[in-house]
Amino acid sequence: MSLSQIPDHAGEWLRGTGPHGEVVISSRIRYARNLTGFPFVNRANRRQQHEVMHLVKDEIQKRKLADDIIWVDMAASPSLDRQLLVERHLVSRDLASAKNDAPRGVVIAPDETFAVMINEEDHIRAQVLRSGMQLSEAFAQIERIDNALESGLDFAYAQRFGYLTACPTNVGTGLRVSVMLHLPGLKLTGEIEKVRRAARDTHQAVRGLFGEGSEALGDLYQISNQSTLGKTEKEIVADFEHTVVPTIIAYEQQARQALIKQRPAQLDDKIYRAWAILTNARVLGTEEVLSLLSHLRLGVNLGRINTVDLRTINELLLLTQPAHLQRLMGKTMDPAGRKIARADLVRQRLNPAGKG
Amino acid sequence: MKRKCDKCDRPATHHAIEITGGQKIEKHLCDLHAAEEGMSVKAMNAPINDLLTSFVKLQPEEDQANAETVCEGCGMTFSQFREKHLLGCPMCYEAFEHQLSPLLERAHEGGTHHVGKVPRRAGASDNRQLQLIRMRKRLDDAVATEDYELAARLRDDIQQLEDTH
Repeated sequence: MSLSQIPDHAGEWLRGTGPHGEVVISSRIRYARNLTGFPFVNRANRRQQHEVMHLVKDEIQKRKLADDIIWVDMAASPSLDRQLLVERHLVSRDLASAKNDAPRGVVIAPDETFAVMINEEDHIRAQVLRSGMQLSEAFAQIERIDNALESGLDFAYAQRFGYLTACPTNVGTGLRVSVMLHLPGLKLTGEIEKVRRAARDTHQAVRGLFGEGSEALGDLYQISNQSTLGKTEKEIVADFEHTVVPTIIAYEQQARQALIKQRPAQLDDKIYRAWAILTNARVLGTEEVLSLLSHLRLGVNLGRINTVDLRTINELLLLTQPAHLQRLMGKTMDPAGRKIARADLVRQRLNPAGKG
Repeated sequence: MKRKCDKCDRPATHHAIEITGGQKIEKHLCDLHAAEEGMSVKAMNAPINDLLTSFVKLQPEEDQANAETVCEGCGMTFSQFREKHLLGCPMCYEAFEHQLSPLLERAHEGGTHHVGKVPRRAGASDNRQLQLIRMRKRLDDAVATEDYELAARLRDDIQQLEDTH
């Protein structure tokens, strides 16, 4: 299986049918690990980075973590392919954007439920990504992967500090739980600050669509745990599963019900304006399309509009991103050309009968 | 408004007035001392890297003396860590334990010790880790100076040390 097949099918996490899919887009859990006896990536020389890459890659292949895994050599990949993997949340922006030809890569499961980055900030960053609220399932899967790798590789570990990582903010369990949430109700009612407060009180971090430093485009927010030391893996996951995420889901649901009750006309106006623009526009920017798709998604979730299904909207959230759009069209395009192609694609997908 | 922290020379960013038993006590503290007093958890919600940057900058001056502590494993100094926010190798945790402890406690909600998973093969003693790092460095030097005989020997030794585990 090769990278070229990736854009054709949406990963498992985009089915849009996962538990609590009306609010929770995806659940992600990652482990940061380093091999013992090597410097961390930032201090390792080229030969050591190569050695780490081969040791880890060979171990993954030996353990048969999936039937048909995809290996992407990032240093040898064109920038469009690297960007595509970022848009699909399979690699970080850092792994994709390293300027030099530093040895680094990613192993991806064909269904995209897991990806193992090699030589990012740490030697190993293994992640599991699933649609909707599936933290227990994601945790069970990342444990299987970690245990399989651990039976063949020695991870840097110390009794006091746990798993040793290049950045001290990841040390201990090396476990980061992130949930991507769609919160248009809280945004429209001006209550998004509630989420920030709840996150602050429970020591979680709130970020935008593409992680640290990115904006919350399309009303999509990522919530992750800040601390990785002094708590067990199970405690970290359970906090999220039983407290943090249910609290935010409840806030969002209340906001949506308030909109229906108090401002139904304004709510429908937002939804149908989004539909009208998306099905008629000839030029669409990335930010605009995300914002309109967000309103449309809210409308579908609340049963206010039924001309489109969630899966189509989720796919459009991905396919309208710059690298996906260019791969789909089979050519590189400048931003102006992309805006036209984006509007064409959206009209086609939302008007299956060929209208518009 | 008083500008300086009650406990150090940094600017005060947190101000509070407490009235206890009819007595008014004013407190003016910098970010670091406010966090120590439990007056502020503000930084907790900041992006992790910002937290790290501000914390590293705020380290008390007496720690400057420790800034040149060098890690035996990779040769990194604590001031280099301050610049990049990334440690150089697993041994750095031991080398900089003293300086890292308050940072870790703050970044991890008071967490100071790992209580989670232990790797199945957790036998890699610190000594062995250090030995491996050193041998790999000597191997690099040997390759660089084209001493292939020594390089081959070191490679075998590394292999053996890994296999004995």
